[in-house]
Amino acid sequence: MPRDFLWSLPGGHRDLRRKEGLLSRIHLDGWLLLGLLTLMASGLFVLYSATGGSLDATLGQASRFGLALLGMLVIAQIPPRYMQRWAPIIYGLTLLMLLAVLLLGINAKGAQRWISLGVFRVQPSELMKLALPLMLAAYLARCHLPPGWKNLFIAMTLMVIPIALIAVQPDLGTSILVAGAGLVVLFLAGLSWRLIASFFALALAALPALWMVMHDYQKNRVKTFLNPESDPLGTGWNIIQSKTAIGSGGLHGKGWLEGTQSRLEFLPERHTDFIIAVLAEETGLVGVTLLLTLYMLIIWRGMLIALSVTDTFSRLMASAVILTFFVYVFVNIGMVSGLLPVVGVPLPLVSFGGTSSITIMAGFGILMSIHTHKSMAVG
Amino acid sequence: MTEFRRQIKDPEKESRIFLFRGRLLLFFVVLLMLVLLGRMAYLQVFQYDLYTLRSERNRTSVEAIPPTRGLIYDRQGRLLADNLPSHSLTLTRELTDDVKLVVARICMLLELDAACQEALTERSFQRRRPFEPALLVDQLTEEQIARIAVNRHLLPGVDISAQLLRNYPGGEALSHALGYVGRISEEDMRTLDRRAYSGTHYLGKTGVERFYENQLHGQVGYRKVETNARGRVIKIVESELPIPGQDLELYLDAELQQKVYALLEGRRAAVVAIEPKTGGILSLVSSPGYDPNVFIGMLDSSEFNKLRRDPNLPLFDRASRGQYSPGSTIKPMLGVAALENGVVTRDYELQDTGYFQLPNDDRLYRNWKRSGHGLVDLARAIAVSNNTFFYNLAYNLGIDEMSSFMRRFGFGEDTALDVNNARTGLMPSREWKKATQKQPWFPGETLSTGIGQGYWLTTPLQLATATAVLANQGEWVQPRFLANKETKTESLAKKIVNKKNIQLKDTENWKYVFDAMADVMHGYEGTARFSGRGAQYRIAGKTGTSQVYSLSQEKNTTKTDLPEHLRDHAVFIGFAPVENPQIALAIVVENAGGGSTVAAPLARKILDFYLTPERLAGKESNRAP
Repeated sequence: MPRDFLWSLPGGHRDLRRKEGLLSRIHLDGWLLLGLLTLMASGLFVLYSATGGSLDATLGQASRFGLALLGMLVIAQIPPRYMQRWAPIIYGLTLLMLLAVLLLGINAKGAQRWISLGVFRVQPSELMKLALPLMLAAYLARCHLPPGWKNLFIAMTLMVIPIALIAVQPDLGTSILVAGAGLVVLFLAGLSWRLIASFFALALAALPALWMVMHDYQKNRVKTFLNPESDPLGTGWNIIQSKTAIGSGGLHGKGWLEGTQSRLEFLPERHTDFIIAVLAEETGLVGVTLLLTLYMLIIWRGMLIALSVTDTFSRLMASAVILTFFVYVFVNIGMVSGLLPVVGVPLPLVSFGGTSSITIMAGFGILMSIHTHKSMAVG
Repeated sequence: MTEFRRQIKDPEKESRIFLFRGRLLLFFVVLLMLVLLGRMAYLQVFQYDLYTLRSERNRTSVEAIPPTRGLIYDRQGRLLADNLPSHSLTLTRELTDDVKLVVARICMLLELDAACQEALTERSFQRRRPFEPALLVDQLTEEQIARIAVNRHLLPGVDISAQLLRNYPGGEALSHALGYVGRISEEDMRTLDRRAYSGTHYLGKTGVERFYENQLHGQVGYRKVETNARGRVIKIVESELPIPGQDLELYLDAELQQKVYALLEGRRAAVVAIEPKTGGILSLVSSPGYDPNVFIGMLDSSEFNKLRRDPNLPLFDRASRGQYSPGSTIKPMLGVAALENGVVTRDYELQDTGYFQLPNDDRLYRNWKRSGHGLVDLARAIAVSNNTFFYNLAYNLGIDEMSSFMRRFGFGEDTALDVNNARTGLMPSREWKKATQKQPWFPGETLSTGIGQGYWLTTPLQLATATAVLANQGEWVQPRFLANKETKTESLAKKIVNKKNIQLKDTENWKYVFDAMADVMHGYEGTARFSGRGAQYRIAGKTGTSQVYSLSQEKNTTKTDLPEHLRDHAVFIGFAPVENPQIALAIVVENAGGGSTVAAPLARKILDFYLTPERLAGKESNRAP
């Protein structure tokens, strides 16, 4: 039977039942942890090459990973029922900070994303990736599901406000991720198929009308968005170069630290958003397949955890965390390989940068807490 | 579904929906991951050859083609700014192993000094897109080209390209009006749309060149080329031609501009002339000027520093950024305000004994003529520039009314439509003093404002604008360079100020003030009667003196004893012909003494030059061959 086969895989429910051991006692899931550590380690290797062999940057990233792991460990100790209780407060505070960013934020690279809290700076849009699904899951857990019109309206409002605030910063990448997290929760809570279908129909019907009223320069922007190669001096440059890097990698790649595209500085943003192109160029399809498999295993394990919990809040939150992680991977690799328009989304735990790593690991902390506390409560 | 059932949670159904949809999503996740893997495999296996080729040939695969900058013409189609072909030397950093060595070799071949070498090194490391050549030297001579060509094998990454460079045939005279283009600096790079400027090395820095940068620049084109390892183009794959910048036609009169600049030679001075009907700026001169061509092809900043250190400030645009007390030149405008407010009438007369006193104050506010002018009415007060009359007028009008009425003439704000970076001057008021100096307004300050001294500051451009509005009998025109009124740009829209026309209850008052101003030039005791003598048309004018250093009123020091830089500025405003004004102008000559001795004769020469018999007959004259 296929189902038996699935459950017997590593991470299947035979493992889920095992409760003894040190890891369980500190509320961590061994398989997930193993996957994440492997991902981080390979990420550091790619980063070392992408930064042109900068040990400083690589060690800096490693220490950020350490911090993120610590954060995950702390969050894993918090029982889900507390998270559920605090959700409105966390959501409210994050929303306030988003507003503050708009009014008195720090302007970096043409977009306002940061606010200064005394000594350190925070990026509230990043927090929102967790705060919104928390709030939605906590809210929907108290409703009769599938949600009625009223509940749906409230949930939609909870979603639209932060997404709009992030979109005007402007930070399209983050608003897509936040929207993704929110939509996952709504979908799994049982948003009716009829509504989903009519929403798509409406969106399709609105497109031509929108196109009619748009200014020429806006149309041009959309055109280059859809077909970046028509703008080879702007964003098109990035895509042409990243596709060249990926394609020239071939089956086995040019070898670690040997990628000409990245060495010769053709590839832009090569240690941040476009880092997968460096991996593809240097390790070829073999390396890419390994990385994608690793991502798939982590997502598989996360989804199994989500499917095995029984209370509404926990299962909605767990699915939101793991599927957001997937959206990261899909949007990033899709963009770099020229399937999707260019949107600023990093490759999780591989791209250089501390903030997103910390949020991602905090999400996994929540996931582990949900997993381990459930087992205890049941056992 | 009943109300009751809606309240109760249905964990069974909830779980069923969740498990089904969760598995569905997981299925899609696997599917999409396979799509990604498929895409990668497609690129890396099926298109491997294509991309390997591209990667090997990946040298200058996209070249920007810069647009040709728009030309600038004067009102009669004479070229003020054009583009000349020139050969320049570029360096592509990525094609060189040792940039500093190559730069050193270039400097040796072209016989450049150490300062140049430093500047060139800095230029070659400027931020830009990978494989985009950096511009090092412009305007290569034939000999220099030959030397580079012979030694090409020693200079990897170096190329010689032909391009168009800005040229200003008018030179110094037009420098402050047109501005100039300069090399795009590291600082410009930060705010610039780098895509639109790839391939462009210059941009407008000041003046018209700056204000209309977006129109003049045009749109960049590109060319996708395949090149061999040495950077030689083998094949053009595709290209899009650039769209050249828009040509501009200005109201400026190039010949008038040259004439005025010649008249001001050796002086620190500014002249602005405006066509009252349109607001078109006929001439905007600040002396001394500079040669804008120097900034093009300049190798290092020594030339620029020399201009910057010059004590006469040739880089400073006195016409739109110099701020001076208007002196007595604003007496006609104040006269209009007083007549409109009923503070004086056309018949009102005052006995001037040589000074004015405030009630309960011993201080004497003296007329410039210590014995006084006897019986004066407003017209005579303007013609002889009587101070006592205007002290009295200001006292009765009050600072609040004076300040708000003068604002209607544009004082205290930048009303120019397309003069880049013009200053606002300062129209003092009670509120202004309270806000900035934290002090109440004193009655004595009202009196000094009444003769255009004290806190009041104006730019020559503002004075000319106010004179044009006066000549128009209160109808507002915003001063502008650009003759094409169809052109609408964002920067223009931002600068439209909707000034209300000044409408008088009794329009005869305009004519009364104009006649008084004509008496300044043509009357038997007018302050500028020596400059008005023998004119073929009637001029309305007013002289003024802008105090630099306040001498005690009671001491008998004469101004000629003062060091030059403390002497008064000479000011003049005027328009002509009185019956049908074609030109309104303002003149400020720094540290030259009184307006009647220096500024008024200059004005007469400018008016005589501009108001040719054809123009006076209502035809646009054309002196150009």
